[in-house]
Amino acid sequence: MENKIDQLATGVKYTAKDFSSDIDVKWCPGCGDYSILAQVQRTSPDFGEKKENIVWVSGIGCSSRFPYYMSTYGFHGIHGRAAAIATGVRLANKNLQVWVATGDGDMLSIGGNHFIHACRKNVDLKILLFNNRIYGLTKGQYSPTSEKGKVTKSSPYGTVDWPFNAIKLADGAGATFIARTMDRDPKHMQEMLTRASKHKGLAFIEVYQNCPIFNDGAYFHLTEKETKPENVIVLEHNKPLVFGANKDKGIKLDGINPVVIDLNDGKHSINDCWVHDEFDDNPTRGFILARLSDLPGFPTPVGVFRQYNKPTYDGDYMKQIEHVQSQKGVGTYERLMFSTTTWEVN
Amino acid sequence: MAKQVQVIEDVTVRFAGDSGDGMQLTGSQFTDTTASLGTDVGTLPDFPAEIRAPAGSLAGVSGFQIHFSSNDIQTPGDSPDVLVAMNPAALKVNLKDLKPNATIIINTNSFDLKNLKLANYDVSPLEDGSLSGFNVVPVELTKLTVTALEGLSLSPKEKDKCKNFFALGLMYWLYNRPIEKTLQWLESKFKKKPEILEANQRALKSGFYYGETTEIFTTRYDVKPAKLPKGVYRNVSGNEAVALGFVAASLRAGIPLFLGSYPITPASEILQELSKYKDFGVVTFQAEDEIAGIASAIGAAFAGSLALTTTSGPGLSLKTEAIGLAVITELPIAIVNVQRGGPSTGLPTKTEQADLLQAMYGRHGEAPVVVMAAKSPVDCFYASVEAAKIAVEFMTPVILLTDGYLAFGSEPMKIPAFDELPKFNFEFRKNPEGFYPYLRNENLVRPWAIPGTPGLEHRIGGLEKKDVYGNISYEPENHEIMINNRKAKIEKVQTVVPDAEVEGDKSGELLILSWGSTYGAIKEGIRKAAAEGYKASHLHLRYIHPFPKNLGDVLKNFKKILIPEMNKGQMATIIRSTFLMDAIQFNKVKGQPFKVAEIENKIYEVLGGKNGK
Repeated sequence: MENKIDQLATGVKYTAKDFSSDIDVKWCPGCGDYSILAQVQRTSPDFGEKKENIVWVSGIGCSSRFPYYMSTYGFHGIHGRAAAIATGVRLANKNLQVWVATGDGDMLSIGGNHFIHACRKNVDLKILLFNNRIYGLTKGQYSPTSEKGKVTKSSPYGTVDWPFNAIKLADGAGATFIARTMDRDPKHMQEMLTRASKHKGLAFIEVYQNCPIFNDGAYFHLTEKETKPENVIVLEHNKPLVFGANKDKGIKLDGINPVVIDLNDGKHSINDCWVHDEFDDNPTRGFILARLSDLPGFPTPVGVFRQYNKPTYDGDYMKQIEHVQSQKGVGTYERLMFSTTTWEVN
Repeated sequence: MAKQVQVIEDVTVRFAGDSGDGMQLTGSQFTDTTASLGTDVGTLPDFPAEIRAPAGSLAGVSGFQIHFSSNDIQTPGDSPDVLVAMNPAALKVNLKDLKPNATIIINTNSFDLKNLKLANYDVSPLEDGSLSGFNVVPVELTKLTVTALEGLSLSPKEKDKCKNFFALGLMYWLYNRPIEKTLQWLESKFKKKPEILEANQRALKSGFYYGETTEIFTTRYDVKPAKLPKGVYRNVSGNEAVALGFVAASLRAGIPLFLGSYPITPASEILQELSKYKDFGVVTFQAEDEIAGIASAIGAAFAGSLALTTTSGPGLSLKTEAIGLAVITELPIAIVNVQRGGPSTGLPTKTEQADLLQAMYGRHGEAPVVVMAAKSPVDCFYASVEAAKIAVEFMTPVILLTDGYLAFGSEPMKIPAFDELPKFNFEFRKNPEGFYPYLRNENLVRPWAIPGTPGLEHRIGGLEKKDVYGNISYEPENHEIMINNRKAKIEKVQTVVPDAEVEGDKSGELLILSWGSTYGAIKEGIRKAAAEGYKASHLHLRYIHPFPKNLGDVLKNFKKILIPEMNKGQMATIIRSTFLMDAIQFNKVKGQPFKVAEIENKIYEVLGGKNGK
């Protein structure tokens, strides 16, 4: 980690303000994106990287305006291509910490191919998915994460599409840090961001984000005080899966089936609860957890579903270059042009 | 008794067989040996899109043509003097291309009922007199090869596979070429398979000695070295030359090369070739699709690499939106488009020049880019260096057009010294003082400020930028200013484009204006017509956008402008609209390059017919 400069050691101590650009933020009032921006700016000083080595890349959509509001290097790409652009940035300079700001339409629809392949290759990128389950910038069509049956401008009779579960998709495709958080839970988001910044490999954070204009309240049952405790379960490593206003419910694994148990029914105790292991090599439990948000009667998990270490694409690529250079020496023009059959004309 | 050796100036040989017969390998070995003797060489492989079409079928015929000469030659030759036909299908497919009285060396063992039927022959052409206009040399190639390999513990099928080396040996003998180079090549290739090595070497030698000892040829031929400029030479194909050109450009520029690419015929060899150059720090990102190929290249350009993406027509279509992004972000990327027959999947392994208008205009919005075209396999090297240089010096996408004919064709290249390559005049912005992302220099070029540089943190992207400052701007006046700036910058490239130079008379009746791979055939066609007393001048364009600044003036000096193109008149369209002058179109869209004779005859026609002199 020779390139990771400890800002304290170098005497630089950033604050959130250091990461704020001079451009007026133009999201709609009340948009969940404001919170994401605030949490990113707040945690950026803890990313362990000099400001000039941080690059934010995005595609198209409301979320993709994000790089303009950061004072780091930024690249606002074209629709869906953020992951591919970011991969190029990362491969060109291994000293850069590359973040991607994207949305459900940008990354899971038009950019789906780039997303799964960046995950598969485990490129060292941090992808922040602003999931509001709607197309906002184009004014209200359904997205690949809109729930089935949703009435939108382009589905007046309700969608017949099944939505993507982004967590399942990311884990299935090979991301090595998979987490979910919510715009209205700043502390939790900060924790997820900081942890993602330390991960080597493809870190994916799905942020449930409210669009107050076209999909207002999509997550209120998860984010509001009255309903949150019953509907959200916070994943913490090595801790039992417990939820409810009085922490009186748990999740138990019955074979491969999750079951909600009542910890006060006299039949179950906290010892019956599934203990979360985010470092689990086996993806099965992570997948069961990822499904909970789709199952009626189950709480929606937030937190780190799974993280594991696997060599990164960019890391292995650079190793290969270094290896070949150590074997052959660094290439020269003479070697380039003359390492083949040659003949002389006099 | 050694046979008589007759010295000839020029010969064209075509090897043809089933796509599993190893014809490409045979051809390239013959090429390497011949070129290394100092003979000038031009080659053209011709193979089907199917990797292995049914054995023996007409669709599965694969060919490799070599033109070699003691003169300076520009093409792989119009019509073969010699055809080596490994089976009936190969004979049938290639017969129409041969010169009258051409020699046909036939593997008679493959002319059995089954293969004749696969080639749609009712009667064997060896027996029905249909080959009477040719000098047919029947050789039992398969049987002779198998006999030569007796005692080796290879399967009959493996032995059969060596017959191409027998044929190669025979051709080496016929044209007085040494077999040593190929023997050495086999040694390095089959180091770990001694039996296969022994078999192929034996087949090669047997073919050579067969020529010496049998009576089938009374004469052997020799083609003396050409009078080429002094220097050290190597052979290059167009695709190879592109790869070498960009690595050389990276060395000259002092920044690492990044290729983002997705495999596509006929451009894949560039990706394959560049993936070998890890010792040069070359990063080849084999992307998930064409779009990711260019998108990653744009990211790498933003981060300070010499960025390249390579493709062919269908891929260029997919990259168009991203090219627009590179235009508005004003980042340097090179896009090499190896053109093939279109539209759609079209003719993947055949050549065409029909992507010119797409390269020029195929983007939404006002999105000018630099467009260049290479004229020969060797020129692919120099054009690549130029394309890279213009890209970084002008912070712009540059589209370099080559085509299937150049990509697979090969010729000897005099290796230039490193300092003969042009210098790259650019620098990364370091100084934060007075830095604005879109503050332009005298050439209207914005600074290249790469991530990792303290104090230059800035944001760019696909939304319209505020002049100088680079922030998002929707102001009407600003949009027009930026469009004008981007256009004017590309026009500034004209300052580094050499003036158009006419070969031949500077004014007169007829100028042939050409671009891309038609160069060789046109040059030879003009030479042949001149020998008959018909004069045409030649102007070949490497820079298509912007054109050389004197082009309009040069064109006005001729009464007639003839534009031969492998499309339906795309350059003619540009010339007409740019200079308000007419041009005579000469178009061919058959997936095949122009023949010298076609150009020659067109010159006669345009100048009033051969009898109109």
